[in-house]
Amino acid sequence: MDTAFSNEDLKFQSEIRDFIKTNYPQELRDSINSKRKLGKELSREDLTAWHKILGKHNGWSAPSWPKQYGGAEFTPTQKYIFEQECAKAECQYIMPFGINMVGPVIYTFGNEEQKAQHLPGILSGEVFWCQGYSEPGSGSDLASLKTSAVKEGDHYIVNGQKTWTTMAQYADWIFCLVRTNPDAEKPQQGISFLLIDMKTPGVTVRPIKLMDGSHEVNETWFDNVKVPVENLIGQENMGWTYAKFLLAHERSGIAGVARSKKAIERIKQIASSEMSYGEPLIQDPAFKAKIAAAELELSALEYTELRTLAKDSAGKGPGPESSLLKIKGTDIQQAVTELAMEAVGYYANPHLGTTLSNEYVGPDYATNLSGTYFNFRKASIYGGSNEIQRNIIAKMVLGL
Amino acid sequence: MNFDYTEEQTLLDNMVTSFVRDNYDWDTRCNIVKSEEGWKEENWKQFAELGLLGVPFDEAYGGLGGKSADLMIVMEQFGKGLVVEPYLPTVILAGGLISKLGSEEQKNSIIPEIISGNARCAFAYAEPQSRFDLNDVKTSAVLNGDDYVLNGFKSVVFGAGMASHLIISARTEGEQRSESGITLFIVDTKSEGLTLQNYPTIDEYRASEIIIENLKVSKDNVLGEVNMAYDAIEEIVDISTIAACSEAVGILQVLKDSTTEYCKNRKQFGQSIAKNQVIQHRLVDMMIEYEQAKSILYMAVTADLTNSDDRRKAVSAAKARIGKAIKFVGESAIQLHGGMGVVDEYMVSHYFKRATMIGVLFGNTDYHMKRYMTLTQSGISSSDEAISVSVT
Repeated sequence: MDTAFSNEDLKFQSEIRDFIKTNYPQELRDSINSKRKLGKELSREDLTAWHKILGKHNGWSAPSWPKQYGGAEFTPTQKYIFEQECAKAECQYIMPFGINMVGPVIYTFGNEEQKAQHLPGILSGEVFWCQGYSEPGSGSDLASLKTSAVKEGDHYIVNGQKTWTTMAQYADWIFCLVRTNPDAEKPQQGISFLLIDMKTPGVTVRPIKLMDGSHEVNETWFDNVKVPVENLIGQENMGWTYAKFLLAHERSGIAGVARSKKAIERIKQIASSEMSYGEPLIQDPAFKAKIAAAELELSALEYTELRTLAKDSAGKGPGPESSLLKIKGTDIQQAVTELAMEAVGYYANPHLGTTLSNEYVGPDYATNLSGTYFNFRKASIYGGSNEIQRNIIAKMVLGL
Repeated sequence: MNFDYTEEQTLLDNMVTSFVRDNYDWDTRCNIVKSEEGWKEENWKQFAELGLLGVPFDEAYGGLGGKSADLMIVMEQFGKGLVVEPYLPTVILAGGLISKLGSEEQKNSIIPEIISGNARCAFAYAEPQSRFDLNDVKTSAVLNGDDYVLNGFKSVVFGAGMASHLIISARTEGEQRSESGITLFIVDTKSEGLTLQNYPTIDEYRASEIIIENLKVSKDNVLGEVNMAYDAIEEIVDISTIAACSEAVGILQVLKDSTTEYCKNRKQFGQSIAKNQVIQHRLVDMMIEYEQAKSILYMAVTADLTNSDDRRKAVSAAKARIGKAIKFVGESAIQLHGGMGVVDEYMVSHYFKRATMIGVLFGNTDYHMKRYMTLTQSGISSSDEAISVSVT
């Protein structure tokens, strides 16, 4: 048992650190910070600028991808270090839809033309992807999806509606689960995996506003959308297999340990400035105990993640144990967003995102912490709700 | 980065596992705890033969030079079998103090005896008023010629009844709660001036109340420097706490696995109760608690235990978090076993009781939570990195 970094790892760590210091643009930091404080929407440029910079540097935008597809192919330890350093420096996180989701599906199940067409744009950050999985009637029961794709000559004609399509407002492409065989014996058997250009006539995106006022997710409608058959991944009606593969990838890294660590550090700073009963809030026994409880949970989760990473490096891919990381990781994310909101007392109230003004209100650290708290209720629901994750563990790990 | 055992550790793990499998089936264990002695000398001899009694000791004294990870392996397997022989009190706690503080002469005379199985030791530190505070020592030691004379009372001393030697903490100077002025003495358990009241514990181990009345101890039997024992006590109790956490993790694994099996087999309303989602999710939460407990134990075992601040922080984090897991997994195991959970006859209650008492040992969850908070929140580290307002 050994968790100390080797000299090589330490060298790698300082390489990452130096790279971030030299290459992370200050204007990007300022732009994102001021929008976050005001609760304003981030632009496509805000979301992809860092991705584009990493994409030009040894495939660092895709830490897990094999080198042959242009990825960095980091070892598990390197991935851990990379994620930690990016979180410490509060770099904008990379949108997962291309890099973590459809990218691995394309290089694992796609044909050569598809790899050549799509992987470079995902890697460089030039092409923005979104995910077409959920439908209004298909949330946790994803296999019940109804969006249909009917083959006519060399095209599929797609009709139906997807929902919760995160950042569809910026997306160039969407990867979709569609029903190609409505008569299959089991609902899972009639599903295919299609790549659709968002500029195709018949695709409509409508925003869904979340409770913090943010616009992250959308409804995406398909009205007789013509999709070339070349855009089918793998075999027709085998989409469920690729979807499950993707979901396992989606869950790895979802624990967000490094970012939660940073968030707790930040809360401690806020609580040192806020006063309660004439003393800094950080001295309040009840508040202190909640911070410590979150820290302990996070410390345990960090080692759970390291154990999973170590297993991965022994050649076993992310398995159902990643459900554990999702459950605990999101529990902690929600706990820390709540603590941050709680720390600022009355200044949880101001909500500036809906105003045209660019004036801040209250202490600099306080703005929009309640928005983040409300926004993060999503975490235990998305990516397979935490109840569904428990079902997965019950079935796949405990054999119930 | 890896969490694999070395070849030697795998051998050690296999050895302890086979010992428990071959010598500690449930009926055998029941007979051991019901016996008058409450342990089995033959098992102790086997520990000696297997080299287990030498695991943490320096090779110079015939030990194996093992570290916390090695003790973790032993204790985790002992936990799985609810092994009652006083390994933790003798080898890890008292043995740790002797290794840390003993003179060459003391080490040469006692450690080989422990390793060969001839000597067993216990550490008498707690007092009725001290609760978990290691610095709270009323028992006094006064120098009279070449001897110290000790008077006082020690409570809940694990393994004292089967020990040949006792290590006693006593105040040689200062106020009752002062960290300085505490001295350790090593004495024969049969010494005049010692009265042991031996009793079984709720989890079927053995402990003693010890009355100390005009106990004469030669200056030669002071362990370490006079007045200066506190730091060593704290360190060795910390190391022993990791060992106790390891035992708990072994127990939690048994509780989680056996409860899962039980729910698969138990039928109500014409089907296995594990078909109910409410039961499934409880079992999943037990698994998650177990995994988190194991992870934080790994954190503590791989921490830099030679740095006292890192050590304190890691040990208290582990004990507090594992204490939470003990409560959840233990109580859930009983609940899901239904009526079978609350009877003495079935093994699950015994695992629950032992785990719960480990929760108390060396300070409970709240105690370690407070220690952890004191260590981590006394000051806020300044950071020169840019910090944005976002917490996500």
